[in-house]
Amino acid sequence: MATTNPELASPTARAPRSALYEGWKQLRTPIVYLLPALVIMMVVTFYPLAFQVWMSFTDYGVIKEEGKQTLNPFGPGGTTPPNYRPAQFVGFKNYLDIITNNPQFVARLGGNFDFWRLLAFNLWWTFSNVGFHVALGIIIAVLLNVEGLWGRKIYRAIYILPMVLPNIVVATVWRNMFDDQYGSINQLINLFITPFGLDPVQIRWFNQIQDPIPGIGLPLSYYAMLIANIWLGWPFMTIVATGALQSIPKEMYEAASIDGATGMQQFWRITLPLLRPAMVPAAMVGIVTTFNLFHVIYFMSGGGPLGRTEIMVTQAFKLINVNQLYGVAAAFSVIIALVLIPIFLITNKISRATESYDV
Amino acid sequence: MSSVTAQRRSGSTAAGRRLKWWQQLVLQAICLFIAATVLFPVLWIVSMSLDPRNISRPTELNLIPPGASLQAYVQVLDRPTANPVTFAELAFNSLRLAGGVSAFALLIGVSAAYAFSRFKFPGRQFMMIAVLAITVLPSVATIAPLFALLNSIRISSAIMSIVLILAGLMLLGLTLFAVVPAIRIGSAGPGNYFFGAVGLVISLGLIYGGLAPARSEVFVLRNSLLGVGIAMVSGALPFAIWNLKGYLDTIPKELEEAAIIDGASPNQVFFQIVLPLATPALAVTGFLGFTGGWTEFFLSWQFLTDPKDFTLAMSLYNMTGQYAGQIPWSRFAAFSILLSLPVAIVYLLLQRYIIGGLTLGGVKG
Repeated sequence: MATTNPELASPTARAPRSALYEGWKQLRTPIVYLLPALVIMMVVTFYPLAFQVWMSFTDYGVIKEEGKQTLNPFGPGGTTPPNYRPAQFVGFKNYLDIITNNPQFVARLGGNFDFWRLLAFNLWWTFSNVGFHVALGIIIAVLLNVEGLWGRKIYRAIYILPMVLPNIVVATVWRNMFDDQYGSINQLINLFITPFGLDPVQIRWFNQIQDPIPGIGLPLSYYAMLIANIWLGWPFMTIVATGALQSIPKEMYEAASIDGATGMQQFWRITLPLLRPAMVPAAMVGIVTTFNLFHVIYFMSGGGPLGRTEIMVTQAFKLINVNQLYGVAAAFSVIIALVLIPIFLITNKISRATESYDV
Repeated sequence: MSSVTAQRRSGSTAAGRRLKWWQQLVLQAICLFIAATVLFPVLWIVSMSLDPRNISRPTELNLIPPGASLQAYVQVLDRPTANPVTFAELAFNSLRLAGGVSAFALLIGVSAAYAFSRFKFPGRQFMMIAVLAITVLPSVATIAPLFALLNSIRISSAIMSIVLILAGLMLLGLTLFAVVPAIRIGSAGPGNYFFGAVGLVISLGLIYGGLAPARSEVFVLRNSLLGVGIAMVSGALPFAIWNLKGYLDTIPKELEEAAIIDGASPNQVFFQIVLPLATPALAVTGFLGFTGGWTEFFLSWQFLTDPKDFTLAMSLYNMTGQYAGQIPWSRFAAFSILLSLPVAIVYLLLQRYIIGGLTLGGVKG
């Protein structure tokens, strides 16, 4: 090592600052390897995030009341456009508008915005989906792991399909499948019910305002998206569970059955506890992914009906794309980060992801 | 792992547990039912794409439509949306965006991932948590500042061309510098070639972008594929670093230690030992980044205004639901198949490595 560095070999350079130099020598390689990524991330990741925090305290965006905008200070020919004015500091107004559902602000968004309902729905959406994913994932993995089952390999090959297809395609295809007039789901239902003399139905999956199950305040579009997202999500959990199942020694089951344990007891007492270490981090990954699952919501229900299936990320996108309220969107994004921090800390704690590799 | 499976196999033959016929029947019925639910959307879309009658909306279910043909594919390849762009142009935009972003993130990310995986230095824990936290943050939540910042970068197109060409030449030089010595002394592995090819493609792409005639006098960074690419790197780079670090952690250190004892410099260890060993990891991370870019929607939807810059994912949205207008569903079906096919095939090829990476957290815990 030392021979590769000529400066180190010369005694004049080493004598006066040897401690510093030793430190630098140790640090040099990691710094060189990290530098490109750190510089790029400073510019394109961390600076925008800091800028976002500043934006969240301003009225950045299109200010309808004044007919002004703060976005574009450059007009044709290098002059400032007449409707431009710099963004103004508004303090915590954006945050307060969001969390107190300020009526003026809600009216500007079209009247369907309710922050606490949105947050509650987002959490419920996340946990109901991941619950189904994990449960189905484990059950199907156990099913496929039954010895002597014919065609296991074929089933495994088929079951991976939902993971292989891009999310955006899955979401748009399911959107069309749940179409009220031409969708295949309604056609499939009719295929089964018309032989019994029932009239063909035309369920308006995404537009029906009335709740399908009275007492549970969830619109029909939630159930449609739940079905689509269950289809999308369980194969990942099955793969994780299969990997864990195959490392459970067979002798454990043999010993258990000698002791007279039934199949059910074996499942609850051996299989589930031994799957836990693999399933918990996978469920954590699933929770973060589902919490931020933009594609399914945006492409299927678009947040409807009446904004009741909106989640945080789709609302944040609409604040920019539709309402052009950049400052509010920035505040909203900061709130998203605040909601995600506890989830992130728990995930990090459970999966020990940032811990050192060799200690 | 292999010893465990061997044990299992011998165990199963010794026990020789057989299912009773009715058990087999019930399990087969369940498995077939699950397979049917998995296949239903796929078959629906495939059969619709083959429908020759060019019906605007399907009114019945049939597995193979009468007189199946590839007409819808031909129409989609010619002109998928109302905009006057061909499928090839859209695909080229998506390809440049996805390929450029994932390759760039990979090139920059792999050395950082190596540093996180192998070196100890002050602030390591803090930096790793920062990187991981960014990967948890949804990229939708960073649109506002990225839009505002990129929107304020406007320069004349002539200067932009020069900047692009210079950047391309610099990257070209850097790539050759990193790869040629290893090739000359004959120690280059697939990782080096991969690295070199990626650098070459990006730098040539940059030079090509610089030489292409400008569309307007003022170049607005936000309203260009380059701007969308920069915005995507913001999320793709932390992801690449994190993903690669996870893989590098699983590569045994002994080989590197042996090389250091033999007098190899850190650079030699990295380029000649770690990179070749990390080839599957590079392929998987590059592929996951590529898929992310290939299907990226909200940034490009928000940033781009010129139909010549539009991507496949944006066009898919144009063909769905209330935006579909008069576009027949058979074309939507053909389009979504063409969009998914490349990534689906590569996913199946890399399946083993991808799943290994996805479940890494579980193995480590």
